[in-house]
Amino acid sequence: MSPSKQISLTIDDTPLVVDEGTTIMEACQRLGVFIPRLCYHPDLSLAGSCRVCIVEVKEMPFYMASCSVPVWEGMEVETTSPDIRQARRDIVELLLDNHPKDCQTCERDGRCELQNLAYSMGVRQRHFEGKRKHFEPDASGASVIRDPDKCILCGRCVRVCAEIQGVYNLSQHGRGFHTVVGPANLAPMDESVCIQCGQCINVCPTAAFLEQRHTGQVWAALADPELHVVVQAAPSIRAAIGEGFGMPAGTPASGKLVTALRRLGFDAVFDTDLAADMTIVEEATEFLGRLGHQSQAGRGPLPMITSCSPGWINFLEKFYPELIPHASTCKSPMGMMSSLAKTYYAEKRRIDAKKIYMVAVMPCVAKKYEAARPEHQAPEGYPYTDAVLTTRELIWMIKCHGIHFPDLPEGEFDDPLGIASGAGDIFGTTGGVMEATLRAAAEMVTGKPADRLEFTEVRAVEGLRETYVALGEHNVHVGVANGLQNAKTLLDKVVQGKEKFHVIEVMACPGGCIGGGGQPYPPEDTKVLDPELLALRAKALYTIDQGKKLRRSQDNPAVKEIYESFLGAPGSEKAHQLLHTHYHAKLPRGIR
Amino acid sequence: MSTTTDNWHEVRAAACEKLPDEIVAMIEECRRGPQPDSRLIAVLHRVQAHFGYLGDEQLRAVAQLMQIPAAKVAGVASFYHFFRLKPRGKHMINVCLGTACYVKGADRVAQRLMEELGIAWSETSSDGIFTLEGSRCLGTCGLAPVVMVDDEIYGNVTPDDVPILLEKYLKQARQEATEKPARV
Repeated sequence: MSPSKQISLTIDDTPLVVDEGTTIMEACQRLGVFIPRLCYHPDLSLAGSCRVCIVEVKEMPFYMASCSVPVWEGMEVETTSPDIRQARRDIVELLLDNHPKDCQTCERDGRCELQNLAYSMGVRQRHFEGKRKHFEPDASGASVIRDPDKCILCGRCVRVCAEIQGVYNLSQHGRGFHTVVGPANLAPMDESVCIQCGQCINVCPTAAFLEQRHTGQVWAALADPELHVVVQAAPSIRAAIGEGFGMPAGTPASGKLVTALRRLGFDAVFDTDLAADMTIVEEATEFLGRLGHQSQAGRGPLPMITSCSPGWINFLEKFYPELIPHASTCKSPMGMMSSLAKTYYAEKRRIDAKKIYMVAVMPCVAKKYEAARPEHQAPEGYPYTDAVLTTRELIWMIKCHGIHFPDLPEGEFDDPLGIASGAGDIFGTTGGVMEATLRAAAEMVTGKPADRLEFTEVRAVEGLRETYVALGEHNVHVGVANGLQNAKTLLDKVVQGKEKFHVIEVMACPGGCIGGGGQPYPPEDTKVLDPELLALRAKALYTIDQGKKLRRSQDNPAVKEIYESFLGAPGSEKAHQLLHTHYHAKLPRGIR
Repeated sequence: MSTTTDNWHEVRAAACEKLPDEIVAMIEECRRGPQPDSRLIAVLHRVQAHFGYLGDEQLRAVAQLMQIPAAKVAGVASFYHFFRLKPRGKHMINVCLGTACYVKGADRVAQRLMEELGIAWSETSSDGIFTLEGSRCLGTCGLAPVVMVDDEIYGNVTPDDVPILLEKYLKQARQEATEKPARV
């Protein structure tokens, strides 16, 4: 490849040379000049719609959006003259003018990009007072709610939904002052092709998208003396929750998390990681069956596709229904934990299952939808999971309760659903389910422990991986994808029969659960979905894994005990009844 | 085995049911040609010509058959002024809001129309007979203020003319309503 052409320019009188095609904003970044921005996101296409990032370019008759204008030879850029600062401030003030004045009561208060921008620009007074838009909010969604009055039309949600997730559920409707963002025909979220991943919530600079709150019902359950309130926390919570309390990103916080949950008043604190271990044992058994390795041959087609990510399952049902037989029938770890809590645990502790209230703390908003699915109800008619809190909701509850998280002592998860292997921990990051499955399957195939524990080749940090892994006599063709646009690449190959995969892991969110739609808003000056932030969260999980003696799911004594005393063998009828589920095509059908 | 969970045939059949055959055929022709997405607006014009407006169901059907995300189709349909998303009345009332008409009191005429019909701009009366729109200059400034009902021009309209004007069309509608059952 020939080296790209070099362009010389000056930024605030400082000369520099950059590659041709570099934008003004990128060039500024080289000099440590931070141009304020709103609609811009490095992982999304350029919109240039907010105009907050304007700069002065000598001899140009108008200000230019630095995010979308490439530099040219001899360009002279001025980023911080009084005029340009005034113009940017005016733009932000005009955005504020058409925005509710309810910062103090807004979910995003203190973590709102618009609010931070207004402050940093020096907006201290409201100069403009004009007509303000009003659209009906949609709070009907099981997972995602929409408040268009908060929307500033930056279009990031539209782009993340289309470009990262390949869902194209959102669009701008109408024009001018009447423009509103929403699904086709502004249908309720759950009647649209929304897959409930919540990435729109993550990328929204304000609070135009939020999760459906479950905090009210959880407070109520905790205050109810009749209920035995249990909680489970997903692997990726411990990798991210510290950020909500000013701890450095990537601080592992399992122990403090347990203590915080106990202080909130939960009667038992369980580890979803144990259910992840159960998922692995069941899924590896299912996989080997599909591979024709064991007597359960012919149980389902290859490739087998993992089923832990509820956003992915929604995508499967709406966008790729013909691949439903390929999805593992295993419930997600959340589903398995909730089922076990209301059967195995209830029996063991002689508690009426109807009196158990199960709260799941998840990095995910789609889990709220999953919990409400009829397939995840007990035959007696109650849901196995009663409420799902996102990491964000839990952070707020902890603060609200007056708990100073960073100072908490380390706690331990409760028996009998509190012991987990490192394989369970790494579920929270891309490739984790695959790696955990391979750790388990290697021994199941060969009959002796695998020669290695780490399968770094399946960690799809860049979003998409295809590789071969030797399992005994099988050379297993593995695909791993996170972000559904990436997943489409693999799924289309399966549909077209182009490549014969054996097993595919799909996680709906970029980076896996660590980048989930329910994870903390990023610290100030960190952009959402920042690969560095995701890498730090992933590292926290790998650190926890490496620090454990127990690193393979099938070695987990709690898992063994559950099979011996309750379920029988992996893949048994009882295991199928409690730990497996089914899927079906859903409408409206998505366009892929 | 994997075909059993695929609902494409039902989805396609349901979409075809919502559109007349010639539009389905047109879409199929677009799909065979280059850049079918670029024909979306042409298809929407045809749908509107057939139904008089673009209903939610028709938009969803177009999305499925053209394989363009429904949000995108709805976004295009709602962006352009020409596309109507609601059924329109039997008669279209256009009040000229050009400068001459406005100066001569078009706003008062429009106000009276809204009061008489109980609707705002771009709305349709509850009996489904009238839809009210404002228009740019109709080029008959000598008659200002001008109101156009369907293709008929009414000049020098005063607010007090409004009930008489409406009654003309209401009477016509009543007659049609009484004649129709007789023919059945």
